Amino acid sequence: MDKATIRQQVLAELKRIAPEVEEGELDAARLLRDQVDLDSMDWLNFLVALHERTGKEIPEADYAKLDTLAAIVDYLA
Amino acid sequence: MIEFKLPSLGADMEEGKLLEWKVKPGDAVKRGQVIAVVDTSKAAVEVEVWNDGVVSELKTRPGETVPVGTVLALLLSPGESPAAAAAAKAPEAAAARRRISPAARKHAEEHGVNLDAVAGTGPGGAVTVEDVEKATQPKKEAARVEKAAAAVPDRAAEMRKAIAAAMSRSKREIPHYYLSQTVPMQRAQDWLAAANAGRPITARLLMAVLQLKAVALALGGFPDLNGFYRDGAHVPSAAVHLGVAISLRQGGLVAPAIHDVAELGLDELMRSLADLVRRARAGSLRSSEMSDPTVTVSNLGEGGVESVFPIIYPPQVAIVGFGTLSPRPWVTHDGGLQVMPTVVASVGADHRVSDGHRGALFLAELARLLQEPEKL
Repeated sequence: MDKATIRQQVLAELKRIAPEVEEGELDAARLLRDQVDLDSMDWLNFLVALHERTGKEIPEADYAKLDTLAAIVDYLA
Repeated sequence: MIEFKLPSLGADMEEGKLLEWKVKPGDAVKRGQVIAVVDTSKAAVEVEVWNDGVVSELKTRPGETVPVGTVLALLLSPGESPAAAAAAKAPEAAAARRRISPAARKHAEEHGVNLDAVAGTGPGGAVTVEDVEKATQPKKEAARVEKAAAAVPDRAAEMRKAIAAAMSRSKREIPHYYLSQTVPMQRAQDWLAAANAGRPITARLLMAVLQLKAVALALGGFPDLNGFYRDGAHVPSAAVHLGVAISLRQGGLVAPAIHDVAELGLDELMRSLADLVRRARAGSLRSSEMSDPTVTVSNLGEGGVESVFPIIYPPQVAIVGFGTLSPRPWVTHDGGLQVMPTVVASVGADHRVSDGHRGALFLAELARLLQEPEKL
C-alpha cells in the first residue's frame, strides 16, 4: 500500500475519534497529540483502529515512535 | 400498580424532557430494561425500570418537560390484573368518574394517550374513539416538532449551566478539605508494560484502570469517603460505584458510574471503562450510571496537569484526583537519589463526614495498593 493511501486511512480513523480534526490544519511533522486532543483511551482506540484496518501489529513499546502523523504513516508503510 | 417516576440523574438535574418511549401499553418489562429516553441538560439518557411488570399507561408524552419525581408511566406488578389495579385506583376514579367507550380506551392505550386530558364529546360527555384520535394529532405533531428541536439543542450552554449549578451548590454547602500525595509508580508502570507486552492491542490495559481499581479497593476501608450526604446525615454505601469524569469533545463533562469496581478484574474494568467512555461520547448513557456514583475519580493527567484539586459532586462526600504520570527526583530508602515515575494523587472530601486524618490514611492506602499492581 502506498503512503498516500495509508495517510488517508490514518486521517479517516483520526477523524472517527476526533471529528473536529481538519486535515489541512494538521502539521505532519508536529507532535500529533499536541495538535489533537487525544486522551489515552482515544489514543488506544486510534491505534486499535489502525491495527484492524492495516493488519499491522503495534507493540506498546513502539508507541513512542508514533508521535507525528508522518511517523505513523512511515511506521505503517 | 407501580409508579415509574422520572429519576434524578445527578445533583444538577431538576427536570427532564421525555424524548422517546421504548415501550407501549401492554408490553411486559424486566427489571433493568431501558424503557424511555430522557433528555437532561447533559445528555440523552436511557432510563431503566427497576421492577418487572407490564406497562399499563404512559402518562407523559414525548416532548414534554417534567420535574424529577413526576410519574411517567404506570406499570402493573407481575400477576396484577388491570381490574385489580383499577380497583386500587377506585377512590381516585370515583372522584371524577367519566364515561369512556371501550373502543376509545383501547385506542388510547394503543397510542399512549392520557384519557384524563381528553375532553369527551359523546353522549353525556363520554370519550369516543374520535376524541382520542384528535388527542393523538397534537401529540404526533408535538413529537415531530420536539424531535426536530431535540436534534439541535444548545447542549453546551445547558451543560455549562448544569455544571455551574452543581459546583456552586457543592462549594456553598460542602466544607471541602484537600490533600495530595506523590505516589511512586515504577512498579505499576513496569507491571503494566510487562502485562501489555503479552497482549494483543485490543486487550491492553491503561494505567487509569490500575488507578481506578486501587481507588475502589482503598475505599473499602473508608466508608466515610464513599456514599452520600442526604438530609443532614452521611449515608455510606456498601458498594463502590466509581463515577469517572469523562470530558466530551464538544465541551463539558459527565461522570457516569462503573458499578462495583472493587469486584471487577482489571480486564473487565478496562472493557467497562472503554464502553463507558464510548457511550458517554456517543450520548447513550443509562440512568443508573448517572445516578449511582458513590465517589468520583477525575484524571486530568492527560493534559500534563501535575495535580488536581477536584470539587465534590453532591450528594457524594469525596472525590479523587490524579495528575500526570511524570518522572521526578526521588529519595530512596537508603538515602540515594533516583528518577522515579510518579503521580500526584489527591482527595477532596467533605468535612461534615470526615477529617483530614482519614483522607490522609486513604491516600496512604491508595499509594500502598499501587505498589502491588499484581494484586489489583
